[in-house]
Amino acid sequence: MLDALQGLGRATLTFFERLGRGHLLLAQILMKLPGLLLRPGLVIAQLYSVGVLTLVITLVSGMFVGMVLGLQGYNTLVDFGAEESLGVVVALSLVRELGPVVAALLFAGRAGSALTAEIGLMKATEQLSGMEMMAVDPVERVLAPRFLAAFLSMPLLAALFSAVGIYGGYLVGVGLLGVDDGAFWGQMQSAVDLNDDIYNGVIKSIVFGFVAGWIALFEGYDAIPTAEGVSRATTRTVVHTALAVLGLDFVLTALMFGD
Amino acid sequence: MVSRTVEIWVGVFVALGIAALFMLAMQASNLSTLSRADGYIITAGFENVGGLKERSPVTVSGVRVGRVEKIDYDYDTFEAVVSLRIDSDHQGFPEDTAASIYTSGLLGEQYVALEPGGSLTNLVEGDRVQLTQSALVMEQVIGQFLYSAAAENTATESFTAAGPGEE
Repeated sequence: MLDALQGLGRATLTFFERLGRGHLLLAQILMKLPGLLLRPGLVIAQLYSVGVLTLVITLVSGMFVGMVLGLQGYNTLVDFGAEESLGVVVALSLVRELGPVVAALLFAGRAGSALTAEIGLMKATEQLSGMEMMAVDPVERVLAPRFLAAFLSMPLLAALFSAVGIYGGYLVGVGLLGVDDGAFWGQMQSAVDLNDDIYNGVIKSIVFGFVAGWIALFEGYDAIPTAEGVSRATTRTVVHTALAVLGLDFVLTALMFGD
Repeated sequence: MVSRTVEIWVGVFVALGIAALFMLAMQASNLSTLSRADGYIITAGFENVGGLKERSPVTVSGVRVGRVEKIDYDYDTFEAVVSLRIDSDHQGFPEDTAASIYTSGLLGEQYVALEPGGSLTNLVEGDRVQLTQSALVMEQVIGQFLYSAAAENTATESFTAAGPGEE
């Protein structure tokens, strides 16, 4: 009985300790961000490994998601004789939801896990301690550029995902199924609003980039410095990012489109 | 340090991302057709606005000239007051323009259609459209149809009942 209580208490304390360490690390990273202006090379190198290398998977997935939306949307809409609204269906679902969310999930799988593994391994091989010995702040030198790169590339990746997806829907809808070209774009343009839909989608992807970068870096930095610890941290990054992104997506959607 | 190839790829990535955002803004949204801030507002009172919503289109002869800005209820006239923001490049609707709420297609969204009248004075900011026609509510239409069908039936019945008596 007491053991069970102790276990519960320990689990709770560990949870809050981790939460606290996570926020402290975030605060540290945010404070180091201005220093990066002096060394943009660090950020560019990270933009390459975080953003550019995630590009292919994002573009290919976006294309296929858009094509599937086109097919499924057409099959449903054609029953109501409203297949001209296909552009609206494809564009709104991509720009509002699927673009930011799926791009963030792919980002967590491709870039977040890599960040965690990299930093966890740096910790396990005591490279981070070595930096500290040389009076180089690992937060400033290693974590902050990676965080900024994740934060910057996520909105771009989400926008690319949506744009390619809309084009995929266009290819299937107009090219394959014979929806009218003008109606596809025209209805889309009259229904999609720059402020309500596109800006809100961009805001979502910025929030997701922030969260995905934060979780990946914290899990790596907080990993138990063993092979097993790093592997667990990498798994946790993907799982926690997916949960956080989907949960936040609901909250953000309720705030943005609730009324 | 950072190699040239890496820098070029990052440049490509950022340029692509910005191009995608730009494409979304220009191609997929109504930015090109929507001039939000400018334009002038006229109001119209309707008995029933049906499913009209804010941002529903305002059209003249099928051409979109503005959007519904907001929908209020007026407790003096017991009417819904719809504010229409007309784009500034569509000036000069006559004062006796009529406004009706129509549905595009059978299940489509509702929009406000303006029909210009013949007056020489034009509508300006803050004016109120006098001639309005409310949205059709399906139940009312069906109700009226059933009522008139029933009335017609009784009329023919009484006619046939009276008919043979005359002969």
